[in-house]
Amino acid sequence: MYSFCTDPATLDMLPWLACYLTTGKHLAFYGAFGTVLLLLAITAPLALAFGFVAAAVARGPAPLSWLGRGYIAVVRGVPDIAFFLFFVIALDQMLEWVRHKVKCPDWDAPIRQGSDFVVCDAAKVPLSTSPQWIHETYGFSLAVLTFAIVFGAFAANVLFGAMRAVPRGQIETAEAYGMSSRQTFWRILVPQMWVYALPGLSNLWMVLVKATPLLFLLGVEDIVYWARDLGGTKTPQFTDYPHGDWRMWYFLALLVFYLAFTRVSEIVLARLMTRLTRGQATTGGERQRKVRAA
Amino acid sequence: MSCWETIADYAFRSLGFGERLLPRSEFTLCQQVTLIGSGMLWNIYFGLIALVSGFFLATAVALGKAAQSRWLRKPSEWFIFVVRGSPLFIQFFFAYFAFLSLKGTSPLFDPFTSAWLGAAVVLFLNTAAYSGEIFYGALQSIPKGDVEAADAYGFTGWMKFRKITWPTMLRLAWPAYTNEAIFLFHATTLVFFSGFPARQQRGDALYYASYFADKTFNPFVPYPILAGYFILVTLCIIAVMGAINRRLNRHLPSNVRTRLRMRPGAMLAR
Repeated sequence: MYSFCTDPATLDMLPWLACYLTTGKHLAFYGAFGTVLLLLAITAPLALAFGFVAAAVARGPAPLSWLGRGYIAVVRGVPDIAFFLFFVIALDQMLEWVRHKVKCPDWDAPIRQGSDFVVCDAAKVPLSTSPQWIHETYGFSLAVLTFAIVFGAFAANVLFGAMRAVPRGQIETAEAYGMSSRQTFWRILVPQMWVYALPGLSNLWMVLVKATPLLFLLGVEDIVYWARDLGGTKTPQFTDYPHGDWRMWYFLALLVFYLAFTRVSEIVLARLMTRLTRGQATTGGERQRKVRAA
Repeated sequence: MSCWETIADYAFRSLGFGERLLPRSEFTLCQQVTLIGSGMLWNIYFGLIALVSGFFLATAVALGKAAQSRWLRKPSEWFIFVVRGSPLFIQFFFAYFAFLSLKGTSPLFDPFTSAWLGAAVVLFLNTAAYSGEIFYGALQSIPKGDVEAADAYGFTGWMKFRKITWPTMLRLAWPAYTNEAIFLFHATTLVFFSGFPARQQRGDALYYASYFADKTFNPFVPYPILAGYFILVTLCIIAVMGAINRRLNRHLPSNVRTRLRMRPGAMLAR
């Protein structure tokens, strides 16, 4: 990166470090932090949407509500990492199976042959001819979808509770004014539920942030992958920057990154809570009113 | 090979008894159920060790965080912040590589690089921090009247803690602590995916489940088996913790007792 980096073996400690930390692989490592942030930026709203639908379904009429409740209960009862490992393969196979049925209707060999999953070439996702970046994007999208499904169930759980926490009187008043159930839901219940949901959703955001290193298990080249790769012992044969086993320090850096991230989130979420509590008929809102009045 | 033979061969495979080689072909349902169940022994081992030992440190950390003295309060606060603010997965990696470096300096750290001790230490510290925060919250919400009554009766120091503060704290914290226990057992599945080696393929339930999913390329059999085992464990935890909860609340009139109920939102961890 810098002009003096041509012969690292002759450098002093500081310039050596400056050169070492700006090698191509290190730049990829820093880019991986972007991957994590991207995952969060896409997954959070998607999971919230999944959760909203599931919560709305779970409080609806009987046969559908079982589906919603079942989704919530199963995802909560089983370790999330098992779900990650499961969905990544399952979603992939489901997609290929559907495309296989559509694109190759006259294929007569069975799809599961012993330990193999065989679909026709046209149904492969992504196509074996597609360039590398499509493969990478596909892997990332599968990861995003998996995260959204798992965290959607958690969000559904929170939103389901929040919908029930909205005071009964508010709903009754809306009905007394002659609102239809659809109007009551969208105009009264949904705007009011957020303040009850926020503590749970904040917690969920923290959990989501802390679940991002699991991307590594889904085959994405994320920060954990690079930290393991870069930290490992390097001999002079293969690199200009030989060093011992530094993986401990790389993971320490990741630990600090996550601590800073969760701390900042905590502060922002606390501010948001203060904002949403304003004017609400809750103890928090009442306290704010008293402080302002005094 | 009949199913009984499979069970005899593989039931304790994860601990190093029985058949040495994992099945390489066919992968019958019986093999999958037996081996994943065998791996479950590790999850139960990690969960129990961490839960029981972590309980004591959690009480100490909660008391530390609630203490007047800065020297007790600050370390407890930082401990809880660091552990709860970072992912367990990264903690496992960091601890494993730290132990690996320490191993170079002293053979004393040799066993720490194996999962049975190293991962157990990480889980112990982890659950201590999470439960410590729960216990701290409970300490803060002990009714003032209880403490004043204890003072009026002349309780001081250890006796006051042992007879009044501690039981009340546990009683208030128990529902949340039950959730923590469930999530701790879930967290044990991370161990063998985070650096700690599964020597001779002796892994936990998820390790075997993903082994089968990789080999058969069919995730629809091993993962539901795993889910079944975990739901069973969760039900056992709820039963045991519920029994303890009843004992903690036995002096209260039955209409005041808090039933163990999983509250939405208040449960997630890690």
